[in-house]
Amino acid sequence: MDSLFQRSLDDIIKGLRHQQAGESAFVSKVLEEVRREIKSTDSHTKSTALQKLTYLHSICFVDMSWAAFHAIECISYPNFTHKKVGYLAISQSFQESTPVILLISNQLRKDLKSNVEVEVSLALECLSRIGNLDLCRDLTPEVFTLMASSRIPVRKKAIGVVLRLFGKYPDAVRVCFKRLVESLESSDSPPIVSAVIGVFCELASKDPKAYLPLAPEFYKILVDSRNNWVLIKVLKIFTKLAPLEPRLAKKIVEPICELMSKTGAKSLMFECIRTILTSLAEHESAVKLAAGRINELLIDEDPNLRYLGLHALAIVAPKHIWAVLENKEFVIKSLSDPDPNIKLESLRLVMEMVSESNVVEICRVLVNYATKSEPEFCNVILGSILSTCSNNVYEIIVDFDWYVSLLGEMSRIQHCQKGEEIENQLIDIGMRVQDVRPELVRVGRDLLMDPALLGNPFLHRILSAAAWLCGEYVEFIRNPVELMESLLQPRTSLLPPSVRAVYLESAFKALVFCLHSYLKSATSSDHSALGLSDPGVSKENHITPDSVLHLLNLIDMAVGPLSGSYDVEIQERARNILGFTELIKPVLSDSLHPQDERHKQQVEASKMVRLLHDTFSDELGPVSMSAQGRVPVPDGLVLHENLADLEAVCGSSLPASSATISFEGSHNVEGATSIFISDQKEESEPSSESTSLLAEHRKRHGLYYLPSEKNTEHHEANNDYPPANELKSELAEQSFLPKRKSKQVKARPVVVKLDEGDVLPISSKIPQAKDDSLSEAVRDVLLGNEADADTLTQKAAADSVIRKKGKEKLNAKEQEDDLDHMDSQSGTVQNPVKERSKRSSRKQNADEGDHGGDKGKQKRRHRHGKHRTREGVQNPPANVISQTPVPDLLL
Amino acid sequence: MIKAVMVMNTQGKPRLTKFYEFLDFWCVVLCSRAENVSNFMEADSIFGPDSRLVYKHYATLYFVFVFDSSENELAMLDLIQVFVETLDKCFRNVCELDIVFNYSKLHTILDEIIFGGQVLETSSAEVMKARISLKLYRISYQNSFWLEE
Repeated sequence: MDSLFQRSLDDIIKGLRHQQAGESAFVSKVLEEVRREIKSTDSHTKSTALQKLTYLHSICFVDMSWAAFHAIECISYPNFTHKKVGYLAISQSFQESTPVILLISNQLRKDLKSNVEVEVSLALECLSRIGNLDLCRDLTPEVFTLMASSRIPVRKKAIGVVLRLFGKYPDAVRVCFKRLVESLESSDSPPIVSAVIGVFCELASKDPKAYLPLAPEFYKILVDSRNNWVLIKVLKIFTKLAPLEPRLAKKIVEPICELMSKTGAKSLMFECIRTILTSLAEHESAVKLAAGRINELLIDEDPNLRYLGLHALAIVAPKHIWAVLENKEFVIKSLSDPDPNIKLESLRLVMEMVSESNVVEICRVLVNYATKSEPEFCNVILGSILSTCSNNVYEIIVDFDWYVSLLGEMSRIQHCQKGEEIENQLIDIGMRVQDVRPELVRVGRDLLMDPALLGNPFLHRILSAAAWLCGEYVEFIRNPVELMESLLQPRTSLLPPSVRAVYLESAFKALVFCLHSYLKSATSSDHSALGLSDPGVSKENHITPDSVLHLLNLIDMAVGPLSGSYDVEIQERARNILGFTELIKPVLSDSLHPQDERHKQQVEASKMVRLLHDTFSDELGPVSMSAQGRVPVPDGLVLHENLADLEAVCGSSLPASSATISFEGSHNVEGATSIFISDQKEESEPSSESTSLLAEHRKRHGLYYLPSEKNTEHHEANNDYPPANELKSELAEQSFLPKRKSKQVKARPVVVKLDEGDVLPISSKIPQAKDDSLSEAVRDVLLGNEADADTLTQKAAADSVIRKKGKEKLNAKEQEDDLDHMDSQSGTVQNPVKERSKRSSRKQNADEGDHGGDKGKQKRRHRHGKHRTREGVQNPPANVISQTPVPDLLL
Repeated sequence: MIKAVMVMNTQGKPRLTKFYEFLDFWCVVLCSRAENVSNFMEADSIFGPDSRLVYKHYATLYFVFVFDSSENELAMLDLIQVFVETLDKCFRNVCELDIVFNYSKLHTILDEIIFGGQVLETSSAEVMKARISLKLYRISYQNSFWLEE
């Protein structure tokens, strides 16, 4: 009765379509029905309910794991329609972990053995989707039988399911591999070849090495096949195989080139191009041909082809940059293409083209594009400029003045959201490159002066960097008073507290600097013999008594209110400044109004100011990230014991070990003197080989590498805190740079590089989870069992054979000869499994046919030798070759 | 290896979803892409590394295939075409409604073309043949069923 009033799937679909709102209410109502109906004993009612549930699962993503058992019941119904519903439900909803999955094993076996083609197909499809280890193991024999089925659609699907079997149950290789290889040769039925080559393509993408012995078969398909789908897959296989065996690359390059120029199918042509560019890049002429075809793609109207053309250029760029340079104009023009893919790809290419000599020009072009682009792409452009230029400690930057002003310019671009990155680079450059500091300060000052920038929250981080730089390197400022004014301007209230705190600190530094230079100029004009000749103070910074008064007033006015700020950082710094001005005011006020007593006062004032000035002018240097690790743990401090509780208390809230460069005061080294680090020190340092070599070289050649005298300067470490703060101006990258063009007037300034830990350690590539057992099994089947037993002896033998072969190669075997080999070979690569079993039995039966003569050599025989055993016997002189690791055709 | 096939309409409603590798549900805003731009999208962020996505837009429907580096991009575009052509032959001028109401037929057709993530058939004529044999079997089965009764 149930089925009479049961709603069909169509009813549900219609119902869903008529729901304007409250679809979920409808769905839950249907689900309720389904839960009731699915319990029915009537097969039609049950399967309809299951069908509805599957539909809801796939369209509305409702849970159907609870119905797993019902689905299994459905596939056991004799009615094909019901069975099909069950199979669809299973393949849509089952996971490997579904508890009842093993219950379908018997039904699958029954259906795999069925006489009805469509039922077999259903079972195979299901297995290919959900097969787990147990299912694959149980059903391997059935699949093996089906692989020889006379019905092409069934055979094709059986081959397809083999991939799942191998993946889940590697031992299936021992059963099915032979038949799989045989299927490669069924050239009479293209669908089979297509299916089997697809399987090999997937297998080879995981572990190409194991399939190298099959290269002759693949080669045959490459040459003979006319099916584009098959050819594409074969090319994919060769892309993986060719890098493993240079002789194979030599062999396939010609047919691939021919294919590339002949074919009318763009997909196949693109695949040829990709194969040549990825795996045959050493073959210049082929690459040139490919580049020609890429040009065709680039000028096509279809954006897909243009995109793929650019993509191909990106593949070739690292090895043959000329191919990209040829299309430079097109690439740059593509930056304004409406297609986001094309834009991104061309940006990548532009960045590939960047070199020391053209970085200025390219960045100019890119910044122009960035200003014109929409915000998202603009930031992508800016991001890639920043990352390319900062790569490997600003490797490609020669003119840092230019780069720093570019950073300034970039921050003013309307959509710029790269504040954090620009901030980091500004400070990083400030610390690493001494020569560029005046320009840095100029750029920073310009940014600070502009009140409009304060309103843009994306720029706050940059302003923070600018403020810090101007405070830290205030000695390069032309007009410190003006700087103070911009640091304390009213609109700074728009800044977040953390940035404002930096502003205040910089204002403090600038104030101390102003007072210091004022007092010094005052004393020196009085010819007082205080000996305050500081080279850092330039003559231009004339500070008048008026401006000092102005400054003090400014501070009272601007900083005064901040002493009550709720933000502790701001409050504390404001109070520091105010406290200092309170201290200094009485002593200064006298010196501002000339009196007789003023000398004494002035001395006191300048003492105070000098103290602070010295504190601020201690130079900060970058510290290696591994520095903390190099500090020896003091005796008696047992970290684990003392801090054991801490971990329990703080748990995960503890910050990860600092991965940033921290600041550390180091002894400022006078610009004029140069201290060479003693030899012992150099040795005791854990420095890389190249750096020590360079140091040697430098010692011998004097100042050859050094653009200016300043560069000889070494920052020496604080002695009582030895290894942590080791700074070395390293000239390494200079010597690695390609020859400069003569027009370059400016030498690259020194960029401080730390020995190690300068860059975040790049997490080493996670080794691909290789299916070891699978490749092992494949190797076993392809190469025979003895590979395991005598790996070592074999290896040695193989090596010697390769060496011998190298000599033989000089004799230049005839090409035809090779082809003959190939033909005979394709005939011999047959029953590896059978042969193996034969061989093991042969150990007892010495009279086992034509292989008998080989027996003695078996142990020594190379792992690939088996396929050519027969050949070796036919061709006694070629015996050496028969033991080589690579098929003859590759010679 | 093909990882997923999806058919969705312009409102973002899924019409057919099939995952050959387990993937969490997602919905990409394809509709924001302009016409006349290339049909590929980077899908690494959604589908894991080495994933590419190709789509084709027919009237109110988007056909989306997700695949990895073992497949050729242009071939995948062709495969979408094969799929749609087959649907067209099957339903005579296929439209969104056909796809909405013929849920299981759609799966059958797709299963003929893509099998466990591998392309097994690239000719729509062959797919139609398989469909017809299925139909014939069903009819013969039903006939015999009634006869036996």
